[in-house]
Amino acid sequence: MSDAMIIVLTAGLTATALALLGPFLVLRRVALMGDAVSHAVLPGIVAAFLVFQTRAPLVVILGAAAFALICVLAIEALRGTGLVASDAAIGLVFPALFALGVLGIHRYAANIHLDLDSTIYGEIAFAPFRTLDLGGVEVVRSVLIMGVVAAVNLGLITLLWKELKVTSFDPDFARSIRFSPTVVARLLLIAVAVTAVTAFESVGAILVVALLIVPAAAAYLMTDRLVAMVAIAVAIGWVSSVVGYAGAVEVDASIAGAMGLTAAVIFGIALLASPRHGLIARAVRRARTRRAVERALAEERGAQGAGA
Amino acid sequence: MAPALDIPALEVAHLTVSYGSTPALWDVDATFPSGAMSAIVGPNGSGKSTLIAAALGLVPSDSGRSTIFGRPAKEAMRRVAYVPQRESVDWDFPITVREVVEMGRYAEAGWLRRISRSDRAIVDGAIERVGMAPYSRRQIGQLSGGQRQRVFIARALAQEADLLVFDEPFAGVDARTEAALLSLLAQLRDREGRSVVMVHHDLQTVRSMVDWVLLLNVRAIACGPVASTMTPDNLRRVYGAADIGAPAAEGAAWVP
Repeated sequence: MSDAMIIVLTAGLTATALALLGPFLVLRRVALMGDAVSHAVLPGIVAAFLVFQTRAPLVVILGAAAFALICVLAIEALRGTGLVASDAAIGLVFPALFALGVLGIHRYAANIHLDLDSTIYGEIAFAPFRTLDLGGVEVVRSVLIMGVVAAVNLGLITLLWKELKVTSFDPDFARSIRFSPTVVARLLLIAVAVTAVTAFESVGAILVVALLIVPAAAAYLMTDRLVAMVAIAVAIGWVSSVVGYAGAVEVDASIAGAMGLTAAVIFGIALLASPRHGLIARAVRRARTRRAVERALAEERGAQGAGA
Repeated sequence: MAPALDIPALEVAHLTVSYGSTPALWDVDATFPSGAMSAIVGPNGSGKSTLIAAALGLVPSDSGRSTIFGRPAKEAMRRVAYVPQRESVDWDFPITVREVVEMGRYAEAGWLRRISRSDRAIVDGAIERVGMAPYSRRQIGQLSGGQRQRVFIARALAQEADLLVFDEPFAGVDARTEAALLSLLAQLRDREGRSVVMVHHDLQTVRSMVDWVLLLNVRAIACGPVASTMTPDNLRRVYGAADIGAPAAEGAAWVP
């Protein structure tokens, strides 16, 4: 496999894993969950270093995953009290965890280089160089990991499809048929936390935050079917990966930055040009209605004039 | 029709629910007979929605108990179709009419399993029955208020429940649609012996269409057959004298 293919494949699989979950976050109005997790993992890295005195990837990932789970479950619990709105719950939990991490670094790790970029956040450009030996076969680490995570997420949303649909759309009704919205929300958020942390390690933070939400938000504007929304989000993720990589090579720029920006451009196009919900379609409809109203009014006036 | 009183469809005893320190319901006793259409009536903030949710075990109660067809509510939820207030629904959600009605079969299918072919036939029948078949592929937000409510009634029908519980089913629905939906509910009662309990605000409809009524204002003021329960005296106790006197008040229309 060429380096280009490995990078695009890594990004595409990461995008798939994220875009399978993103639509549900958008629909449940907790779209900033990815940003929250990206900051909340810091104390996990400090804790892992304190306990094991190492910055080895596996230990760091486990520490980060632990705090990612604490973050998403704490946000959900805070939402569940009914005292704090979704956006405020997110805004309350992750700064507290991030602050805890900053404090921990200052207190226990002032002498060593311990931060998010040097520990948990990977760089997609290095994906081809990080390989694993799997029974004599050399496989690219990020492709293997993100492939497994994407497959697990696909299995999860396939199994929980109707549960996710009913608890997202009508939680009161879901409760009445014994489909607990709390249980479903927790399963979804655990998947988000695990996916985000493994993806941070493979492709870096900005790409994860972008690919979790931007394709889902664009897909939301393009369809009225949930299954189509998820499929379109995955497709946008792949287009962003391919086009973003080509663009980055063309102008010799950051790969993750180019992919994230491509996703944003696709969202912009959807916002303008989506057939039903786009701004252009809306303006055309409004103009058409206005013309029809004017015509009807003119006819009415004409009829009155003739009658008088 | 004469409602059978032997085994009530829904019965609550000494039900007390509070939000914070304010009681939403205080020591409420009420019985809703099976095979009848019943209404819960009272001013805003009188605890009507809370009563339904607590009776079905969906919000915790501080005291009291609730039975459905003689069994503890938690064990009998399979026999209940609940239609929550529509304010909480996201109308922009990417979901079609048919998909909403399919949710009525989810409990039968159970966790993780897909709904079966016979479930699909039941869904088709329910959509047909409320006259929404031409719209079954529409996104839910593209419908009018009355059509939306018909979809949620179809979902309740698809549940094939013996007790249908509606929270403000006719909010935002025009009078003609309301009459059509009410006669559909009356049909379910008369032909299939199903029980209906609904929160309702229009005393006029309650008097003409409903068999049984609970007058509620945090406490249960009166509960019984419409004719003997909706007396001017009882209504004054529920709504307070000021409301009864005002022309726009809910109680004004019928007071002699």
